Amino acid sequence: MTPPPVPLVEVPWRRLSPRMLLIHPVREVIRFIPALLGVFLAGRSSGQGHWWSLAGLAVVLVVSVMRWISTRFQITEDQISLTTGLVRRRTIAAPADRVRTVDVTEHALHRVLGLAKVSIGTGTSDRKRDGLVLDGLPTAEARALRAELLHRRQPTARPGQPHPPATAVPAAASHRDVDEVELLKLDPSWVRFAPFTLSGFVTALAVAGFAWNILNQAQVNAGQLGPVQSASRHLRDTPLWLLVVQLGIGVLLIITVLSIVGYLLAFWNFRLSRHPGGTLQITRGLITTRATSIEDRRLRGAYLSEPILLRAVGGARMTAIATGLRVGRGSERGGTVLAPPAPKRRIQQVAAAVLHGPEMARVVSGELRQHGRNARRRRLIRAVAPCSVIALGFAALWWWAQWSGWLALASLVLLAASAVLGLDRYRSLGHALHGGYLVTRYGSLDRRRAMIDTDGIIGWNLRETIFQRRLGLISVAATTAAGRQSYGLTDLEPDEAIRVARAATPGLLEPFLVPAEPVSQRPVLARSPRASSSSR
Amino acid sequence: MTDSLPVSAPPDGLARGLRLRDPANLVSSRAISFWTVRAGIGWLALGALQVIILIFADTSSHRSVYEIVLAVTVLVAGVHLSVMPRWRYRVHRWELTGTACYAQSGWITRQRRIAPLSRIQTVDSERGPLEQLFSLANVTVTTASAAGPIKIRGLDAGVADRLVDELTTITSASTGDAT
Repeated sequence: MTPPPVPLVEVPWRRLSPRMLLIHPVREVIRFIPALLGVFLAGRSSGQGHWWSLAGLAVVLVVSVMRWISTRFQITEDQISLTTGLVRRRTIAAPADRVRTVDVTEHALHRVLGLAKVSIGTGTSDRKRDGLVLDGLPTAEARALRAELLHRRQPTARPGQPHPPATAVPAAASHRDVDEVELLKLDPSWVRFAPFTLSGFVTALAVAGFAWNILNQAQVNAGQLGPVQSASRHLRDTPLWLLVVQLGIGVLLIITVLSIVGYLLAFWNFRLSRHPGGTLQITRGLITTRATSIEDRRLRGAYLSEPILLRAVGGARMTAIATGLRVGRGSERGGTVLAPPAPKRRIQQVAAAVLHGPEMARVVSGELRQHGRNARRRRLIRAVAPCSVIALGFAALWWWAQWSGWLALASLVLLAASAVLGLDRYRSLGHALHGGYLVTRYGSLDRRRAMIDTDGIIGWNLRETIFQRRLGLISVAATTAAGRQSYGLTDLEPDEAIRVARAATPGLLEPFLVPAEPVSQRPVLARSPRASSSSR
Repeated sequence: MTDSLPVSAPPDGLARGLRLRDPANLVSSRAISFWTVRAGIGWLALGALQVIILIFADTSSHRSVYEIVLAVTVLVAGVHLSVMPRWRYRVHRWELTGTACYAQSGWITRQRRIAPLSRIQTVDSERGPLEQLFSLANVTVTTASAAGPIKIRGLDAGVADRLVDELTTITSASTGDAT
């Protein structure tokens, strides 16, 4: 191989830390626990269970060693490459200047061994599973790598070497330092919001599902377990109402405890700060720690969400709208979280500090322009119509088929609830345009307020159903490369839709605009001065 | 960037009287036959299935019900096939200007999509087997947003080729990563 004329040395391909050899087997074994358990129990009846499970274990171990051997990566001045797979080799390469986010995660096992997982986001919306993931670098190296990839302006360290020379990386890049501006730090009292996040409910379901799975795999008859038996005895001897109360309290307690634990696990030590190199840095986690960096210029806005329970207690949560971050389901784990469930007022302050613009106060908390009366009608119809079909159905069954009248009555309650929901959905609808940000709010059970930098808007989708056309309404969505890819303004009057779109993306619509039919021939008065305050 | 627009200010005279017009160009008129044939295949399959049931299965007890269902199917199919393609043809339109691509689609639900040419990432055209029979093509224009591909369906194949050429020339001239 001829040495390149540049004074650079050929950057060697490297393997991940050999300490991963300790992690892989554990992880594989955990993943295969149900299978191994099944093999063990199935084998037990034939008397050879031990051998089978040992063989299974051996296969798992070999696989994990193979995985380590076959994974290699190379980081040069301008490119990051990763090769994985033994049978099916796959090489991913990304130009270094395309790196937009770097995510350093340390799971519990990683932390014991002083390792970290580095996920590198390169701006494609990361739809495909795992992109550039270096699972298992020594922690110090991972952090140095992150600093270096994100703050390229500084003279780069030679990443080929395990530890960059101290002189090459300015102190600012390698340490948590004085220049960082802290924007948000977890206040332990915010744990009070945890029970209102439903995460405990989800965890409880997951735990129950897992336990059920294990019981099934192990072919244990649940009816024969001691606690279950005593519980069913208890069920027989207790009046129904008491049982319901007991069960309710029990479930609530479990959910509360689980959600608090979940909150602490996810958000302990939460810290959001702005790095002078032009990134936002988020660190969090109790057992699994996670450090995410978002390049400032990739941030296209923020997304404030208030699920109904959290809204009832004055809380909210916030995620980032940024290109190159995972979105949607699992975004919690994908690293877009900008703030844990916390008091709404505090969240709004943080949003104003994170985004840039002249009028942030109005962007994050200003009044929004409500949508018209027909929008309310449509929300109501859409909420009530399905429920009224159900109610009518039950009423008919009660009248003609002698079904219980209770169902019909219950469906009336449902009907009332749906009307309330529809009205609240309407009340949530609103939009505004302030200081270069398009703000839209929608939803009731999960009310969301999206604030999008108009520079990030790359097109418009307009949609009218036949019903909307009759009501003179149109739904408009601004498409963007960040976050959920499109953010909608539901049920606008066409005039307002055009006004918003023109103001947000000047010049884009102009070639396609024509004077409206002379429906209302109002004389155009002298231009009224633009009001400076916004009201509804 | 415009500074903060007063959201509740009385809309100024200019903004009041404007509406978004339809895109300038219709798609190929052969698209009407294409849509008719494509929908007709589905209806034929459904009708044939019912006829087979009527002939071969034992329907003696509820024969009239089956016949009514078949009659309704034929009626709905007839209305759908005579209304949908023509309606669709009136709605499906497209336009390319020096700065933006604008397309309208749908029939009962109408969709309009606009994207600036500077943000276009890929342009591709595709022709299904049935479309080749009618020498039609679809052009898909994607931006960096996964939510906003602009699809122009039922274009004359020659027009589609020219459109793709034009778009490719324009977009290859622009720089940046269009996000």
